Amino acid sequence: MDMAGSLTSGVWKPQGPPPPVPDDPGGGSGGGRGASRRATFTGLFVAMASIVMFFAAFTSALVVRRGLSNDWLPTPLPGILWLNTALLLASSAALEMGRRALRAGAREAFNRYWTGGTLLGALFLGGQYLAWQQLLGAGIYISTNPSSSFFYLLTAVHALHIAGGMAALLYVNVQALRLRLGPSKRTAVDVTAVYWHFVDVLWIYLLLLFLIWG
Amino acid sequence: MSETSATHVAHHAPTSFIRKYIFSTDHKVIGIQYWFLALFSVFLGMGLSLLMRFHMVFPDAKVSWFATLWPKGAEGGIMTPELYLSLMTMHGTIMVFFVLTTAPQAGFGNSFLPLQIGAEDMAFPVLNMMSFWTTFLALAVLVMAFFVEGGAPLGGWTAYPPLSALGAVAGPGMGAGMNCWIVSIALFCGASLMGAINFIATLVDLRCKGMSMMRLPLTCWSWFVTAILSLLGFAVLLSAGILLLLDRVAGTSFFLPAGLVVNDQIQNHKGGSPLLWQHLFWFFGHPEVYIAILPGMGVTSQILSVFARKPIFGYKAMVYAVCGIGFLGFLVWGHHMFMSGMNPYTAMAFSILTMTIGVPSAIKTFNWIGTLWGAKIRFTTCMLFALGFVSLFISGGLSGIFLGQPALDLYFHDTYFVVAHFHLIMGVAAIFGMFAGTFYWFPKMFGKMMNETIGKIHFYLTFIGVYCIFTPMHQLGMAGNPRRYADFKEFEFMGQLLPVHTFITWAAILTATAQVLFVINLIWSWWKGAKASDNPWEATTLEWTVSSPPPFDNFAGKHPVVYRGPYEYAQPGAPKDYTMQTDPT
Repeated sequence: MDMAGSLTSGVWKPQGPPPPVPDDPGGGSGGGRGASRRATFTGLFVAMASIVMFFAAFTSALVVRRGLSNDWLPTPLPGILWLNTALLLASSAALEMGRRALRAGAREAFNRYWTGGTLLGALFLGGQYLAWQQLLGAGIYISTNPSSSFFYLLTAVHALHIAGGMAALLYVNVQALRLRLGPSKRTAVDVTAVYWHFVDVLWIYLLLLFLIWG
Repeated sequence: MSETSATHVAHHAPTSFIRKYIFSTDHKVIGIQYWFLALFSVFLGMGLSLLMRFHMVFPDAKVSWFATLWPKGAEGGIMTPELYLSLMTMHGTIMVFFVLTTAPQAGFGNSFLPLQIGAEDMAFPVLNMMSFWTTFLALAVLVMAFFVEGGAPLGGWTAYPPLSALGAVAGPGMGAGMNCWIVSIALFCGASLMGAINFIATLVDLRCKGMSMMRLPLTCWSWFVTAILSLLGFAVLLSAGILLLLDRVAGTSFFLPAGLVVNDQIQNHKGGSPLLWQHLFWFFGHPEVYIAILPGMGVTSQILSVFARKPIFGYKAMVYAVCGIGFLGFLVWGHHMFMSGMNPYTAMAFSILTMTIGVPSAIKTFNWIGTLWGAKIRFTTCMLFALGFVSLFISGGLSGIFLGQPALDLYFHDTYFVVAHFHLIMGVAAIFGMFAGTFYWFPKMFGKMMNETIGKIHFYLTFIGVYCIFTPMHQLGMAGNPRRYADFKEFEFMGQLLPVHTFITWAAILTATAQVLFVINLIWSWWKGAKASDNPWEATTLEWTVSSPPPFDNFAGKHPVVYRGPYEYAQPGAPKDYTMQTDPT
């Protein structure tokens, strides 16, 4: 078509696909039922993407800092970390079994599993504190060495994300124990569980980072 | 996060003053709150720049109220170089974060994203409220830096270590003031992340029926891509800020090398790298440029189409260009670091990637001009500001091509050429986008029309003024005038450039004075302006289908349905010269 002509005449001629059929508005979800559940999950995944970037930045800083100079001494990992890892994995498993129980309608079993998962999460945090105490007892502080700086920093930042997850776990737990876990609260259960698995995987990643480059 | 915070649960309009105007969860109120926060910040930042311009031209002037305001920084009324640097730091930080990042995205985006996609509110209204108040707290902490011991920091808005990582030994303001700066920026990062999560979830999941991605107004596309940039960029800046704070307070050495002697004191650090900060900072910092400018591009596209009474030229190309700019924006941070001793091959790679951004930028500019071509343009004030945006984007962008070449950047980098470049493209262009958005949406936000006569006088004065300020700075840069210097009288060759500085300072004073017209226009229009109809500009997007200002739940309990794209103007065979997106026929 004569593009210059259509431009200069000021009249726009439709190009590409024809206009949509009026009674068939495709596209958006309409914000109706299920929109808030989907939006909550989108929010969760987007938040997880930003947390990944946050830790990726620390990781690249660690790799660069480690490669830069000859003052890097590996930090000995406290033995309790392995117990903590087992606790965290167990808590994720408990939440997952709880969700299965909920899907099967077994509310009491759900309450037991979820409470167990929450307690295991709290134990993980306590265990991380003990790991710090062990390192401090060995005379290794945050400023001792770049390796120990990254160890304290990354475990602390991870613990903050765990603490956020604990708040969500407790919220669901209180709702469940007060028998207020109606169908509309299922999103809270699912989102909390997915987030918890995510910080769980994040911990495994950090542990590998400490093992390989710590 | 529970579903009680999600939007489809009907929430009723609050009646108490505090819930309605202060701790509101209504996106329209939050948008206006952000907008006022940015308005306060822009005048604060502009005031600081005037003080700097004054000092450059009259370095020995004794001003009694300087001494009152800064007993140490301006003893006897004469500004010290340290005070100058602290003004520069605060000017940059306030403008970049609390104006350029806040108004176009959080201000207008909050106000109009849900309206334009046919949603009742943002996906997470409570998170939205927290995001605003965290931003407010961040601004309060930053301004507090003026009042702590030593005053505001000197490190520039980029806060380069080693000096920013050392504490008070590095100079006045580098103790408590620098801590305020870092805490403020960390809070701002948190607020921006919350906002970004909200924007993305809202746009992805709460679009009304019929609002496919390719029927979104280009404003929504810009806010969407900007939110993705914020999400990925601010997370990295937050990491960097935490590392910097630890170097200062915990004795770590992430950014501090061994053997530093500062102010005759040996520093007890070793092994760190100041360059690490630069990489982390600019990985955020370059996308930040697009966080500032993309919403302005969206507003400009919208306004050009509405007031040219023509569909936007090449809608899909515009969408792909915005996405392309956003993606490439993450690959070019190294061009801020050509001076850092970077391997020339790496610099070459960054340079080529930087040039590549010229392609989507040129597509956008071409399409804006294509939209205007042969149109019967309605020259309203908002259209003038949108045209001004295009002009500034071109003139500011062209100097970017020079700076993207490592060989040229080595010469230009620390001169006024860079100051001219980034002020035109990032600062003034984005602010023209904000003015355009304000004049365009004021009727919808406040239900009143703004005064066109005052608006046009304000536009012409501002448009001529900013070019008078920033065009000569290119010449200063080419003549070798370094930036960040407090005064030039010590150096003979710079003494010859002083008349240019004097001209710039007077232009700055006049342009700043012209902004009073904008404030008068705002107050007068709010108070006495003509009542706005639902659709005063005869535009097609969803926000113009509801009353001005819109009801609390946006669409008065109805669910809008969209049948067509956002730019259907001058359609052959249509009864009017515009067809609303909700028009099924």
